Amino acid sequence: MAEEKPNEFLKAKKIETGTVIDHVAKGKAMRVLGVLGIKEDFPGTVTVLMNVPSSHYGRKDIIKIEGRTLEKKELAHIALIAPNATVNTIKKYAVIDKYVVQTPSLIEGVMPCPNPNCITSAEGISRLSVVQAHPLRLKCSFCEKVYGEADLLR
Amino acid sequence: MDLITARGLSKDFIDDVFKKAKTYETVAKKKTAVDDLRGKTLATLFYEPSTRTQLSFQTAMHRLGGDVIGFSDPKTTSASKGERLSDTIRVVEGYSDVIVIRHPLEGSAALAAEYSSIPVINAGDGSNQHPTQALMDLYTISREKKKIDGLTFLIAGDLKYGRTVHSLLYLLAHYKVKVMLYSPPSLPMPQWIVDEVSGRIEVEVVDRLREDADVVYATRVQEERFPDPEEYRKSLYQIDADFVEKLKEDAIIMHPLPRVKEISPEVDKNPRAKYFEQSFYGVPVRMAILSLLVK
Repeated sequence: MAEEKPNEFLKAKKIETGTVIDHVAKGKAMRVLGVLGIKEDFPGTVTVLMNVPSSHYGRKDIIKIEGRTLEKKELAHIALIAPNATVNTIKKYAVIDKYVVQTPSLIEGVMPCPNPNCITSAEGISRLSVVQAHPLRLKCSFCEKVYGEADLLR
Repeated sequence: MDLITARGLSKDFIDDVFKKAKTYETVAKKKTAVDDLRGKTLATLFYEPSTRTQLSFQTAMHRLGGDVIGFSDPKTTSASKGERLSDTIRVVEGYSDVIVIRHPLEGSAALAAEYSSIPVINAGDGSNQHPTQALMDLYTISREKKKIDGLTFLIAGDLKYGRTVHSLLYLLAHYKVKVMLYSPPSLPMPQWIVDEVSGRIEVEVVDRLREDADVVYATRVQEERFPDPEEYRKSLYQIDADFVEKLKEDAIIMHPLPRVKEISPEVDKNPRAKYFEQSFYGVPVRMAILSLLVK
């Protein structure tokens, strides 16, 4: 976490095992947690730093998730909300892997189509294609409706 | 090949449908039959009520010499026991050579096509698309106006949930046309559809029924879309004899039907009224679609 200053480090101590998501766009941390499905019943400690000074982005959010590493498809979901995020996998307080997320062209089987009248909700499937990355616009491959980021997290 | 959405349908396919439909017009008018699909079976899966679409598909298949199986009341099928559509499709594809499906949920035809090894034709999926209706609408215009390029359209009614107008707008984007959209304020054409076509054709949202159109395409304003009956009442519009007289002499008036109050019955006798011809063209156009898709 090269950009963390000592005082911020004290605010959010290092985690032993888990994931640190850095360079999340300012104000998007809670939405990232939303797409990862991390809610109040999550067993580990989750630390969210908001409005952290950043040399690249002015301000950014940082998320530390204790005891959870992310799967590859989850990295793609983070990219939808925070396209510049870097994901660090932590083991024994050290970074063992570092990924820069990439916006996928297709998201399958994770985020449901927000249209309650879409056949995918009855069939338990989903497939959304990315029409535009910034600002995010997704299209359901079945009902053809187009959604923005806010629709996905309702 | 499946026919699921008007979005992305090629101009070549539209031209092929029109060419083929022209050759079938005499068969449809004389109510005779050909052998083009003899030995083939059409399955019509209608999970929603339909008069014209279902009957014209059945008529089209009979006129092509083929057979028809199917249902029009899902309560009499395993759907009422909770069977998934994907399972129904995998069963029906074993009984037939082509499937026509109407379903209240959007995306159902696309899903059916994913699970089917035989062609699937969308006969209306929720408020999404109704591509065969749009093809017969366009065919009607080409037959009645002898051209499509250069025409100005007024599309009126529920443009938000009206699947026929969604499909029609995508098909019109292949031509050099101007489209005026008139709807109640709460039921506009979805912006993403306007965005997709507006780079190719001129689209204008208008606040009254405009008389300067070559083609007036009226659709029903559905009462169930309005929680407030007063709002529904205020959203109603009507094409009456006075309005029709202000139209160009060679303008045409269309409606996918059923109509409720959008077109006054007094307009039916006006030579501009073409909605019953439009219904008839459903048979040769659907004959063309079936014969192009079924091998």
